[in-house]
Amino acid sequence: MNFVDLLFWLFATLTLGGGILMVFSRHPVPAALFMILSLVGVAALFVILEAFFLAILQILVYAGAVMVLFLFIIMLLDVGPEGGKASRIKIFSGLAGVCAVGLLVVFFLHFMLNSGWVNGSSWPEIVEGNLVNGGNLIFSTSVKSFGFGLFTKYMLPLQVAGFLLLAAMVGVIILSKKWAPGKE
Amino acid sequence: METITPHHFLALSALLFAIGFLGVVIRRNLMLVLMSLELMLNGINLALVSFSRVGLNLDGGLFVFFIMTVAAAEVAVGLALLVALYKKRQSVFSENLNLLSN
Repeated sequence: MNFVDLLFWLFATLTLGGGILMVFSRHPVPAALFMILSLVGVAALFVILEAFFLAILQILVYAGAVMVLFLFIIMLLDVGPEGGKASRIKIFSGLAGVCAVGLLVVFFLHFMLNSGWVNGSSWPEIVEGNLVNGGNLIFSTSVKSFGFGLFTKYMLPLQVAGFLLLAAMVGVIILSKKWAPGKE
Repeated sequence: METITPHHFLALSALLFAIGFLGVVIRRNLMLVLMSLELMLNGINLALVSFSRVGLNLDGGLFVFFIMTVAAAEVAVGLALLVALYKKRQSVFSENLNLLSN
């Protein structure tokens, strides 16, 4: 077993373990911290897949911004652990969840791994240099190729994403605004 | 010992998606439901990056970029809704949100 394999198993354990602990922890603050663990594990897996830019982005956006926002809101609302009997996980929904997840995993593993539309045995070599091959953007470890792709083939989606962020910002401001009484 | 293959990554992403789905179904705290949604999106991101790496095609990587954007916007709006809800009902548990049920 070489070093990269060891790293893969380490970070796979970290990701899945963090996810499972997050789903089953009763208090939201440890759940958010386990979530950060899981997100860092995913970022490390991106590094193993040689998508360095996305790994950095994952850390900055998810572990940095999104989870800080989550922790901020958790502490702002002061949500305690799921207390009384009424708020526990109900046996019916637990059963439904386990059944659905079992079906999902079986479906995924069966159809993804047995349909041969992924070359599942080897990793192709990355060729640096060219950015495009005909109409296709070539996978590359450099940030330059991301910029090139975003500003050529994905120009319209990039604009739409920017507009989506603007709409989200306006929506959040309106949602959290305090309306004057009698003006509603 | 066999080395890791793309299938390992795909299986891991499927498991991550399934864990997130389990969280969405069984948790009653809406904060944790939102976090589990993030976990599902991360499973998808991992699958897209490994497809991108195996196919030597950057489209998957760029999709991950857009998914991250949408996830950030979704979290911002979701948490604002949650705060507005908490102001009205003093609770973030889904069993207390029965305004339309009777």
